Amino acid sequence: MILLPCPWCGPRDASEFGHIGETPPRPDPATATPAQWRAYLYLRPNSRGWVVETWYHRMGCRRFIKVERHTDTNQTRQASPSSPAARAGAGAS
Amino acid sequence: MSEQPGGAMRLPQQPGEVIDRTTTIDFSWNGRPFTGFAGDTIASALAAAGERVFSRSLKYHRPRGVLTASYHDPGCIVQVGDEPNVRGAHRMVSAGAAVTSQNTWPSLRLDLKAVNQYAAPVLTAGFYYKTFMRPRFAWPLYEAVLRRFVNGGRVSPDTPPSRQAKRYAHPDVLVAGGGPAGMAAALAAARAGASVLLVEEELHLGGHLRWGDEADLAALANLAAQVAAEPRIEVLTDAVVLGRYDGNWIAVLERRGALGGAEAERLVKARAKTLVVAPGLIERPYVFAGNDLPGVMLSTAVRRLINLYAVKPGERAVVLSANPEGDAAVADLKRAGVQVLRVEDARLGGDIVAAAGRACLRSVTVADGSQISCDLLVIAAGWTAPTSLLNMAGAVPAYSPRAARFVPDIAGLPPEVLVTGGLAGDGSLDELTGHASAAGAEAARRAKHIGRAWRRAMPGSRADAVRSEGGADTTDPSDDAQAVLPDLPVDSHPELFVGRTNGFVDFSEDVTAKDLRAAVAEGFDSAELAKRFTTATMGPLQGKLESVNAAAVVADAIGTSIAESGTTTWRPPYVPVSLGALAGPAFEPVRYSPMQPWHEAHGAVPLQAGAWIRPDHYGDPAAEARNVRERVGLIDVTPIGKLDLRGPDVARLLNLVYVNKWSKLEIGRVRYGVMCAEDGVVLDDGVTGRLGEDHYLMSTTSSGAGAIWEWVENWLQTERPDWVVHVTPVTTAYASMNVAGPHTRTLMERVTEGVDLSNDAFPYMHVRTGRIAGVDECVLWRIGFTGELSYELHVPASYGLHVWETLLDVGADLGAAAFGVEAQRILRLEKGHFIVGQDTDGLTRGFSAALDWAIKLDKDDFAGKPELVWQHEDSSGPRLVGLQPADGSVVPAEASLIMVGDHIAGRVTSSRMSPTLGRSVCLAQVEARLAEPGTEVTVRLPTGRLITALVTPHLAHVDPDGGRMRV
Repeated sequence: MILLPCPWCGPRDASEFGHIGETPPRPDPATATPAQWRAYLYLRPNSRGWVVETWYHRMGCRRFIKVERHTDTNQTRQASPSSPAARAGAGAS
Repeated sequence: MSEQPGGAMRLPQQPGEVIDRTTTIDFSWNGRPFTGFAGDTIASALAAAGERVFSRSLKYHRPRGVLTASYHDPGCIVQVGDEPNVRGAHRMVSAGAAVTSQNTWPSLRLDLKAVNQYAAPVLTAGFYYKTFMRPRFAWPLYEAVLRRFVNGGRVSPDTPPSRQAKRYAHPDVLVAGGGPAGMAAALAAARAGASVLLVEEELHLGGHLRWGDEADLAALANLAAQVAAEPRIEVLTDAVVLGRYDGNWIAVLERRGALGGAEAERLVKARAKTLVVAPGLIERPYVFAGNDLPGVMLSTAVRRLINLYAVKPGERAVVLSANPEGDAAVADLKRAGVQVLRVEDARLGGDIVAAAGRACLRSVTVADGSQISCDLLVIAAGWTAPTSLLNMAGAVPAYSPRAARFVPDIAGLPPEVLVTGGLAGDGSLDELTGHASAAGAEAARRAKHIGRAWRRAMPGSRADAVRSEGGADTTDPSDDAQAVLPDLPVDSHPELFVGRTNGFVDFSEDVTAKDLRAAVAEGFDSAELAKRFTTATMGPLQGKLESVNAAAVVADAIGTSIAESGTTTWRPPYVPVSLGALAGPAFEPVRYSPMQPWHEAHGAVPLQAGAWIRPDHYGDPAAEARNVRERVGLIDVTPIGKLDLRGPDVARLLNLVYVNKWSKLEIGRVRYGVMCAEDGVVLDDGVTGRLGEDHYLMSTTSSGAGAIWEWVENWLQTERPDWVVHVTPVTTAYASMNVAGPHTRTLMERVTEGVDLSNDAFPYMHVRTGRIAGVDECVLWRIGFTGELSYELHVPASYGLHVWETLLDVGADLGAAAFGVEAQRILRLEKGHFIVGQDTDGLTRGFSAALDWAIKLDKDDFAGKPELVWQHEDSSGPRLVGLQPADGSVVPAEASLIMVGDHIAGRVTSSRMSPTLGRSVCLAQVEARLAEPGTEVTVRLPTGRLITALVTPHLAHVDPDGGRMRV
């Protein structure tokens, strides 16, 4: 089971977390086209290598955190705490 | 049963024996009485009594006996009482146990199904994929016959369910394997300061030392004493590592021997900082005609029988030896008084051509063609490296033709996994334990390093604080460097897999070398494909005895080498595990409201709603519903989700998560709101009230309480971190109840202090805080899910029962009575209030839920807005409507289809008989073209009968104008 580096609680079992996954930035709802909005809803790069994912520490601090995970080896490392900036970074990875 | 104490084949006392000759144990075998000694396995006790046949094989029903005399013995799987598939060469014999053979009919000695072996030409590989395919209608007949031939024991339906616990362990170092290397590694790790979990599959520590010579036994005694004296080592015997997962999360199965008592198995979830893999090697069978006959045993089997259980394995033996362990078996046999007629030395060209016999071995044909009459054939043909845990750690072992086995890819292992012992290489006992000590010390050092990294990752920890806590070694800069362990030598060994004749490769699945060659000839030309076609390696042993022989046959048939073709993949679990052990105890919490004692005392029929147990009704839900319409009723709605929201930005948050507008909600007012997800699908609904300037109380559906809390937190934490809102879940802090019916105000006035309940002072959709039945800080919402004048009360939870009982008591003359969930469902359906998840589903966008009045597309932004804009533009999706069957006595079952000809145009989402109207009432989702009031639609009942129903002008069947709620 993956050990996730929670910035608030330290390394904890993945079973304590909800996996939100890669979270692309939310398009501006005023100008988004259906294609853009649905890409935000449904499309994830799911690439091999380091990706930034959001996890919710449901059975812990109840914070949404960003974790970098290598999808091939399941190694994990801490990403910056949740913020729009980190969210944008996730989309770019 | 026998003339001699402990059985006819029992030897005088052996130096390493594990039996207690002072304690005899009586048990039965296929109904006949037998006696063994304490410490005997089922198989050793039976072998001591001269029994040789313990089971029949899967397909051909050939007699089978002892092959390995270990847990992994395919011939010794038996039934013990109600328990099927017991490993008889591992399970200790117990007093009174009724042991029976499996897969035999009518008896072990006379098994009629053994005729199968004469039908072998048609029972070849893949026969079940081909034979029973046609004609298709005959399958039930085939199935009935095949079922008689199914391998395995019997499960009794009367067996009580077992309740198995789970354990969590956090060792610094976990050592898999308790042989000399595992013990030495554990000792070195513990002495370096690590906490160690030492896991051994057998009932005792020691591995091959246990059946070794005097020097081996002395070394074992020495190691065992040191392990016992080391407080940092916890030993688990009769326990096995099932698998290694990410982050060195290691599943360990403890079995009966370790646990005792009624608990059959227990799963230990261990997070080990480092893992030392030291399982040793598994002896491999050799493939030749008759290699499965009772009397053909591996060298380790005879050494176990003689040295651990003092059982003479036969009278006249032929031995095939390819290694020193085989030579040691010859010495053991001679010491035990077995006549050794011939030793075929494979290193000098010796070989076994074939073995013959009917129920048991009678003769052996050796390399020079001579036939030797004997009752025991001992095979020492080589070793299989159980690299399972290394494969799971990502390192693929490579085949070494020189060693005739797979050797681990040590460089490919992650730093938290180390390997030692026979798996890593060969050598003297001192060399092996020396390597293991180095590995154990290194494992402890790496564990310390990993532990420090974990502590460093803790928030608030600073490097200097960690240093002072961790002691001097933490300042050592060389700490990060990994020591390189010396390689163990790997001895050369003859490659002996498949002999000159056709024999069994997989003893559990009855797969022969010929079957595998046939599979390759049919085009299944890789180890993985041939495995799936023949089921070789897919039986109870999961490849431990057969995988390398299977790979050898396949490689040979393809015309390549094992090194190139490889073996099948080792996957977890390493040994079978019961589903009960994996499931463990139920950790699901069950929730009850504070009013539960009253419900139980008053005959409430329970309803499970998520984690909650709620009263479905108290005997007559229709009467309960009528009482609400005519007098006054009380329902316990404690499970309703409640979030206390405080801060200057709550109104902005509400505007974002609800589809309707919240910026102008005045203090003292409540509003109904609906939430949609970002895809526009209805997510939840509820009422939120404004209690103060920056203070709101939000309610959610009962089932949505957890998800909506998470949803709100997600917006606040990730999308709007600059907003100041503090969210506190208060679902269980309040007991909630809804008081509804025309007499509600009269009742409430009797118990309420500090709140003017008149319609002018406290109108519909307002909130007040006051004292009810002497309890302060109760929240009163004037809302109406049932469609009647009603107040929803949120009372501090510890006073819930008091307030509930007081209301019923002082309202007795008004007819106050409790109503349950079913009555509420009737009432809300009469009123046309939809339920999220009942009248909507995972595709129901906002405009499909008749929410046109609520959705405010002129708001700048809210969750799901773009999808709702587009739904509004194209008017797509179904519509939620009220539906009235023309024949009011018919209640169409929920999910009844609405048909236009053969086309499905909708479905009934809710339906009940209305006690108020005396006719059936429904909600339905229909295509938009059918949504106009007055449209006549056809409903197909589950019986196939078609009925007519009318779309009603409103969702509400009762009081569509809402006058009753506003009095």
